[in-house]
Amino acid sequence: MSLDPIQTLRSQTIAMPQENIDTDQIIPARYLTTTTREGLGKVLFYDWRYDVDGTVKAEAVLNNVDPEGHAILVGGHNFGCGSSREHAPWALADYGFKAVLSTKIADIFKSNAIKNGILAIEVSPEAHAWLMDNPGAEIEIDLEEKKVRLPNQMVENFEIEAFGRRCLLDGVDPLGFLQNSAEEIEAYEARTGKHAA
Amino acid sequence: MPKSLFEKVWERHLVKEEAPDHPGIMYIDLHLVHEVTSPQAFAVLEERGLKVRRPDRTFATIDHSIPTLQFKQGVEEPPYFTPEGKSQVQTLQANAKKHGLPLYDWDSEQRGIVHVIGPELGLTQPGMTVVCGDSHTSTHGAFGALAFGIGTTEVGHVLATQCLLQRKPKTMRIHFDGQLAPDVTAKDMALAMIATIGASGGTGYVLEFAGPAIESLSMEGRMTLCNMSIEAGARAGMVAPDEITFEFLKGRQYAPKGAAWDAAVEDWKSLRSDEGASFDKEVRIDASRIGPMVTFGTSPDYGIAVNENVPAPQGQPDQDSLKYMKLEAGAPIQQAKVNRVFVGSCTNSRMSDLRAAADILRGRKVADGVVMLVVPGSESIRVQAEAEGLHTVFEEAGAQWRLPGCSMCIAMNGDKGEPGELVVSTSNRNFMGRQGKDVRTVLASPATAAASAVAGHIADPRDYAPAAAETKNVA
Ligand code: SF4
Repeated sequence: MSLDPIQTLRSQTIAMPQENIDTDQIIPARYLTTTTREGLGKVLFYDWRYDVDGTVKAEAVLNNVDPEGHAILVGGHNFGCGSSREHAPWALADYGFKAVLSTKIADIFKSNAIKNGILAIEVSPEAHAWLMDNPGAEIEIDLEEKKVRLPNQMVENFEIEAFGRRCLLDGVDPLGFLQNSAEEIEAYEARTGKHAA
Repeated sequence: MPKSLFEKVWERHLVKEEAPDHPGIMYIDLHLVHEVTSPQAFAVLEERGLKVRRPDRTFATIDHSIPTLQFKQGVEEPPYFTPEGKSQVQTLQANAKKHGLPLYDWDSEQRGIVHVIGPELGLTQPGMTVVCGDSHTSTHGAFGALAFGIGTTEVGHVLATQCLLQRKPKTMRIHFDGQLAPDVTAKDMALAMIATIGASGGTGYVLEFAGPAIESLSMEGRMTLCNMSIEAGARAGMVAPDEITFEFLKGRQYAPKGAAWDAAVEDWKSLRSDEGASFDKEVRIDASRIGPMVTFGTSPDYGIAVNENVPAPQGQPDQDSLKYMKLEAGAPIQQAKVNRVFVGSCTNSRMSDLRAAADILRGRKVADGVVMLVVPGSESIRVQAEAEGLHTVFEEAGAQWRLPGCSMCIAMNGDKGEPGELVVSTSNRNFMGRQGKDVRTVLASPATAAASAVAGHIADPRDYAPAAAETKNVA
């Protein structure tokens, strides 16, 4: 699966200030019974959006904004912790999200997100506080320059793993990269006695 | 240069060094696969016309979405909760067959939770790299392996190339000084450790657990502790292999035999952090001060000793958490009424866990209105527990004895709590809704869970001495 290249992303934000938003919140385990990647947007944050009997929770932020035009999720500290389920970024992407910003993002989620074209970006507490105070602000994420530009003129530099960034900018395929290293993998197996018996 | 245990294992698996513009290529010795996070990975192989590169290093099991209700094997259809769960199992069966992978299926006497059977079969060995599409793969670090959870895209990478792209993580050593008090378990250590460093304290690090309390911990205890590294944000936790490790592994199905065993042990003995090895961070915890622990919030770092009061909230996240848990700040946690108790999961479903729960339940009854499930981690454990008569102890106490699987740990197979219920659980996550919509989870050890089942409220296992011991005292 190769992704559409991304260079800059301009969109309004949705703010979810809760800390430790774990992948069980992003997609509850009972919806992990699928054998494909598609269509998980409808169960994204299901228990936050719907009551036990399935009625829509009017106060839920996702029920009050149009996913169209709101492709950036700003989450509380330690976003994406918990289970390694890649269903979490699949659901976010299917719903229309292209980036997640927080002061801290869990390791496995970060690694899963970038593989599905979702930018997972850690920002400073100052920028984060401003974003939480101004939900719906239109911001710009510049992947080429590694900057987030806020409408208040604040500019944040961010770190992103170089290879993942290249995959997003140029549509490089990580599995292809590994396959191209087949000779080195064979040499390693021979050297360490790990070749197939 | 002195090296840490992690660095030694890391270096042994580098196919290619990392560079600024690309991560390193890491070789994977053991890949464990289950039905929930693999279908989409096999689909990618299909799309690209690829084969599983090393079927001999790939082992599959069914655990997450399978029912644990008793049924007549081979005669009756397993009582799946949903057709989708059944379809996931069938998809794995088909993929395993197609690619020639060993599958511990319904008819296997070795079937069980992926992180329970890896060590049981002797597949997990010191110095290995072990991955699985499941975050609690960290469990296998108890053997001095570098073991961590991966996403489904990476499951596809390992199936196709036996390798992963990885940047070198940072290291943190957690030193447990002193010894645990009797009646305090590895689960209590894990909850105390997470409360100390926080739910994101380990993010970006591989943990090494060391110190006197670790050296005297059993393999089952080390597995419980490493299992919950991820709850502190760390992808992996490790313990240096020693005589306890070798003793556990010797004679297991996939462990080396004869001269190969002696050579392996010689090599494994070198897998410990050298004197003077440096870590990016060091933390010390006094093991002797840890008591039986429970959680009181919706993140695993909300942990207190079972004889403490619910702490006053500080800030919005604490308030939200307490509100969801319906607990009163300042009140003893033991006042919280319990509706359901779960003993099981890859954290606490091994023989020592079941024995600890049985010791408390023997001669006692689960309180009226409390539902208790005991779910062994594997078929081998189920058989051994039944040989020891533990199932009778559970059933006579009024608990349900089930077939192995993940069960209420992830609650996707129909085993779950009802909205609003309070569940004392020996699993690893107390997130909102993890054990069913609006279910309130309190994490605890098997002994604390069993004591709470008897009391009908959260209880201190030290108040429930084993029945046999009591009789002796009377005599
Ligand atoms: S028991 Fe729970 S944590 Fe362990 S593998 Fe199963 S679902 Fe994951």
